[in-house]
Amino acid sequence: MNDTPAAKILYCRCAFAQVVPATTKDEVLAGLCAAETPFESFADLCEMSARRDPRLAEAIAGEVPVRIAACYPRAVKWLFHQAGAPFPDDDRVEVLNMRDTPAAEVVASLLGSGKEPNPSEP
Amino acid sequence: MKNEIHPVQVVLYEGLGAEPWERECRIGVAGTLLDQGYSVLRITARTDSAAAPRTAEGIPFVVLGRFEGAPPEIIDGAGGRSVATRDVAGLDAPGIVALVAEARAELGAGLNEPGGQGAWKPWFPVIDYDRCTNCLQCLSFCLFDVYGIDEEKRIEVRNNDNCKTNCPACSRVCPEVAIMFPKYSAGPINGEAVRQEDVARESMKIDISSLLGGDIYSSLRNRSEKAKSRFSKERSPDKALNERKRCLTQLQKSGLIPAEVLAELDLASLPSPEEIQRKAKELAAMRAEA
Ligand code: SF4
Ligand code: SF4
Repeated sequence: MNDTPAAKILYCRCAFAQVVPATTKDEVLAGLCAAETPFESFADLCEMSARRDPRLAEAIAGEVPVRIAACYPRAVKWLFHQAGAPFPDDDRVEVLNMRDTPAAEVVASLLGSGKEPNPSEP
Repeated sequence: MKNEIHPVQVVLYEGLGAEPWERECRIGVAGTLLDQGYSVLRITARTDSAAAPRTAEGIPFVVLGRFEGAPPEIIDGAGGRSVATRDVAGLDAPGIVALVAEARAELGAGLNEPGGQGAWKPWFPVIDYDRCTNCLQCLSFCLFDVYGIDEEKRIEVRNNDNCKTNCPACSRVCPEVAIMFPKYSAGPINGEAVRQEDVARESMKIDISSLLGGDIYSSLRNRSEKAKSRFSKERSPDKALNERKRCLTQLQKSGLIPAEVLAELDLASLPSPEEIQRKAKELAAMRAEA
């Protein structure tokens, strides 16, 4: 246990399209379900953005780090913006791309307790 | 918007005062509900109290748990919301999913179910404002009023639902590679980082306005005016429709609109000559102001 505030975890199922590989989506969800960590998940972040759903703003509000498993960070950042829930200017919100990142890597980043140590640093 | 449905919020409550679920059951319930279009929030003993379930205005809530005593209190975000609480002790994943469907029906809540009949696929442009220069070409190009201008005179995506599913044509029109369709297959339209080659390619692409021999709206307007005069003489609605189809076919030939999208377009839903004229006037006014 450490004192780093637990990151809030969001997971997008991309349920209306097949652009995120199904195995990656399933493995990431299984990884989240296997942990003791709470998480919030959406059938389709694009749909939430189109509806200007108030849960998007709530999900990234506050001071805690937020990690979002979805698709390309550029798309997700502007989807939130279009929903009236712009990302903060700092790097508090991190987007993990399930379109081209292996599931194990996504799960490790979602559940990690802070920034991964850089192995090249002394 | 044609479809105002906000996904129903399901809470898998495994926090204080409730038993945790088996992992497989949790995976089965969460995965199935998400595939059906629900939002799913998992609460565990680790959830800090600030993250207790909170309803948002107009969004129905279904709380599921194996409660040891009284179910948890739900913080009502707006007053008088629709909340259903269900004890799922002894149920397997399919049983729990069925219970959610029942609870949803009781709450009278709709669902935009992926693959369901009449479901709306969320397909619409997303603007990268780090790249956009507010040139308004997308506004000029789109025939379906997807784009608008906000109070600060900036381009915005206004009518998501008007966008034609699987048509990424306007992204091809943007000279700055600023328009994304997150569900598109290839980059940079899908949101992949934009590379220098992409920008160079965009600057070489066909100028959309030359495609129809000038500004698309004036071109369409002229066509529609001609069509209209013929229309009034001949009283043939087919002619007007064919006119519009011809414009779209030209766009398709240039690779801007996928053939399958064109084939699926309901021509009767295309803007009428009057609407095209109105849009052209509005656009001219907006350009003058912006
Ligand atoms: S944000 Fe990305 S992963 Fe999520 S629904 Fe949209 S396209 Fe799919
Ligand atoms: S065409 Fe591109 S750069 Fe021009 S207003 Fe539209 S999004 Fe912005």
